[in-house]
Amino acid sequence: MQWEVVIGLEVHAQLATQSKIFSGSSTTYGAEPNTQASAVDLGLPGTLPVLNEQAVAMAVRFGLAVNAAVAGRSVFERKNYFYPDLPKGYQTSQMDQPIVGPGELEILLEDGTRKSIRIHHAHLEEDAGKSLHEDFQGMTGIDLNRAGTPLLEIVSEPDMRSAKEAVAYVKAIHAIVTYLGISDGNMAEGSLRCDVNVSVRPKGQEAFGTRAEIKNVNSFRFIERAIHFEVERQIELIEDGGKVVQETRLYDPDADETRSMRTKEEANDYRYFPCPDLLPVEVDEAYIEHLRQTLPELPAEKRARFESELGLSAYDAGVLSASREMADFFEEVKDVCGDAKQAANWVQGELTGRLNKENLDIAVSPVSAAQLGGLIKRIVDETINGKAAKQVFAALWDGEGENADEIIESRGLKQVTDTGAIEAVVDQVIADNPAQVTQYQEAEPDKRGKMIGFFVGQVMKASRGTANPQQVNKVLKDKLDSLS
Amino acid sequence: MSSSIALHDKTLSELAQGLEAGEYTSRELTEAFLARIERLDGELNSYITLCREEALRDADAADARRAAGNAAALTGVPMAIKDIFCTEGVRTSCGSKMLDNFVSPYDAAVIEKLKAEGVVILGKTNLDEFAMGSSNENSHYGAVRNPWDLSAVPGGSSGGSAAAVAAGLAPAALGTDTGGSIRQPAAFCGITGLKPTYGRVSRYGMIAYASSLDQGGPMARSAEDCARLMNVIAGADPRDSTSVVRGVPDYVEGLDYNLKGLKIGLPKEYFGEGLSEEVEASVRAAIKVFEDAGASVQEISLPHTHLAIPTYYVIAPAEASSNLSRYDGVRFGHRCNDPQDLEDLYKRTREEGFGDEVKRRIIIGTHTLSEGFFDAYYIKAQKVRRLIRQDFLDAFDQVDVLMGPAAPTPAFDLGAHKDPLSMYLQDLYTIAINLAGIPGISVPAGLAGKRPVGLQILGPHFGEQTLLGVAHQFQQITDWHRQRPEFGQEQA
Repeated sequence: MQWEVVIGLEVHAQLATQSKIFSGSSTTYGAEPNTQASAVDLGLPGTLPVLNEQAVAMAVRFGLAVNAAVAGRSVFERKNYFYPDLPKGYQTSQMDQPIVGPGELEILLEDGTRKSIRIHHAHLEEDAGKSLHEDFQGMTGIDLNRAGTPLLEIVSEPDMRSAKEAVAYVKAIHAIVTYLGISDGNMAEGSLRCDVNVSVRPKGQEAFGTRAEIKNVNSFRFIERAIHFEVERQIELIEDGGKVVQETRLYDPDADETRSMRTKEEANDYRYFPCPDLLPVEVDEAYIEHLRQTLPELPAEKRARFESELGLSAYDAGVLSASREMADFFEEVKDVCGDAKQAANWVQGELTGRLNKENLDIAVSPVSAAQLGGLIKRIVDETINGKAAKQVFAALWDGEGENADEIIESRGLKQVTDTGAIEAVVDQVIADNPAQVTQYQEAEPDKRGKMIGFFVGQVMKASRGTANPQQVNKVLKDKLDSLS
Repeated sequence: MSSSIALHDKTLSELAQGLEAGEYTSRELTEAFLARIERLDGELNSYITLCREEALRDADAADARRAAGNAAALTGVPMAIKDIFCTEGVRTSCGSKMLDNFVSPYDAAVIEKLKAEGVVILGKTNLDEFAMGSSNENSHYGAVRNPWDLSAVPGGSSGGSAAAVAAGLAPAALGTDTGGSIRQPAAFCGITGLKPTYGRVSRYGMIAYASSLDQGGPMARSAEDCARLMNVIAGADPRDSTSVVRGVPDYVEGLDYNLKGLKIGLPKEYFGEGLSEEVEASVRAAIKVFEDAGASVQEISLPHTHLAIPTYYVIAPAEASSNLSRYDGVRFGHRCNDPQDLEDLYKRTREEGFGDEVKRRIIIGTHTLSEGFFDAYYIKAQKVRRLIRQDFLDAFDQVDVLMGPAAPTPAFDLGAHKDPLSMYLQDLYTIAINLAGIPGISVPAGLAGKRPVGLQILGPHFGEQTLLGVAHQFQQITDWHRQRPEFGQEQA
């Protein structure tokens, strides 16, 4: 049987506010446990929440960025349940009337195809604290530094049909929130994490299958793996005559599998009701319009501009606009060197390759955008050739010089374009390789083009890579052909 | 005023005048009240915690401030605080075993304001646990007795505050009113108590029972004293989102109110079955006083009155069940010994820490909010609440104030209501006011035998100034508010 995968995602983006959503405590990551927990965060008797306007503005900006309907009136509700790291016995969240209504987001797949994913809604809520089991033998410690950190929960429609689409979607969300500056998107620190709903159904069937929810997956790679595992598990289960049960599962990256979080499904009744301590959130048109005016250029617009103005391919434009850091880096390289295509090639090729190899983020790239731009500029003006450029790049990476010019100078990598000098080297190479010259002369003319590569290599080697390859080609061809 | 009146019988305003005139110091005044409390409160049980050291320290500071010439109107006067307001460094128990060991690290907004004024806090008064009750019999610290008749309850939940003021163990006190908890005990104890408009006084630091109904307010010997306290505690607070940003009038200036032409409405639903004859007689006599002073009276209908109690007992427990979830033994308050696991910690902590009435309301609230019942109870109750509110808005299109009894009977005997439902009916005339969010005041208006009767006056949203003015004028004509119980008098 042919199966179709159906995936929906709930992405939790931690908002980059200075203080918590309902108190004045700081939200800085990594502080000593419970140093950022005030009386309000501890849920001390008599304390009351006060809504952080910055969090509202950020949620509205997100809504505008995904062309969603921003609700003029949204309501905070209490989601009641007991947990040691939930200080008040309820989480203040939004259910019935969230601040961001339906919207949509375009995703770009690796093969260049695009697809629109519908966003069901996005709502504001507070994060809970953290339970620490390791440091206390037989006991549990509670750290409430994270309690009350503002989250925007972005809920998609079940529009994704593969793990790749799901990853592309989370990447697109990541791009939007970082472009907007409303979240740092740091998945390792939990600033962006998601719950993945996965089900399968026979191809052609309209009704959804029973879904399993995989909780708190916090890397692109894990999302893909968790889905792969879960899809296989569900298909095998059904094909063996079993039934998928609706449940919450956990992805274990070490074992690369998903596991049921609870042996039996507990009936959770959160008893939502409007929080009587908070007034409904009212945002008027003027406020929304004001925020609309201050939106930065977003990934889709940037991608379109990269294609139309800079003449990049759809694929290049997509990759380079996928994150704000990447886009900003690329644009600076382009501005310094003045050649968008070369800039695109180098950023995606040499630079990204090296960053990936050393597992570095572009934000901490050892080669700065200005340095890379300076290097490409010297390719464009033919001071150096591509081969020398790779040496310069490696030297810059290792911190051997302030800029490309310094390294070109100190290593003598300037391209030799003096025809006389090139002719001398060519003559020497021809003289040193009589056998190959004979071969060349005996070859059919249409094979000769390929054979000339050997001589080019020799010339480049002799010139330590500094000879202009086009010139070398031309001189060699002329000389070899004139010999016969 | 004659200085022959004993200190403990004076009003807050009179005591402030005496301080200003140098007749006594705040320390002398404070010591006198502390001594009286220590001598007499054993019989009443109106205080849970006495703040002797803090009070004397603050009294000395008040005296120094007065000597330096920068005293405020109430600097140096002592008062009592219902033990539901958080006070820094002092136990705030809320009448519950759950918070028996809770010393608040911060002051409630109103406490900050009173301290800034230089008011001296004598102690924390008894109450029904988490403000749930109409008799003060639901306190972990035992029932409070009514100083007018020690076999009677003082009313609830602010029973400790009302009894303390009535017995001269404090000239004034703060109370809270969720369904009548200021007005009914004020009526039972023969004092004046104001429940302000919801949002007029900050709830920050006031331990929540039912957030959308709770409102703190003054309990004192006169409307004038309530006005003076309102001048200190009213106003918006950025820490309480439901407090209303709106100018605060001078309530003392508003006392000079002309009763001529005042339009009084009598809700016919407040004079029906269940109203005791004695209470009705006192209330009608009081209304006659207003008529004689030039006010006009007309009958008004509040057609949804009969729905107020069922509506309240859906909304209040629903909010309470959520508000009281934080008492889980994890961060503060009572924790059971040797919990086996998390579930055991929650269950035994809450089993041991909460009393029966609190548990009853948590269970009711948990039920009405649960899936499958939410629409039928909570949503329906919110709709009815709007109708009840609209009844009052319509009434105030026709009249300036509404008048009626604060409670259907005078104070009842301790232990009289064995059935919680019959107790709930006590709040028939007060509960709708909280659902509507409007202000209400209870003023002494007679005696039924040994037990006081309260006249309740209701006004439109933010109509406190009118209520205090109308009540003050009544107290200029009558002297019911000057009556004192026999309790404690011979030992003056």
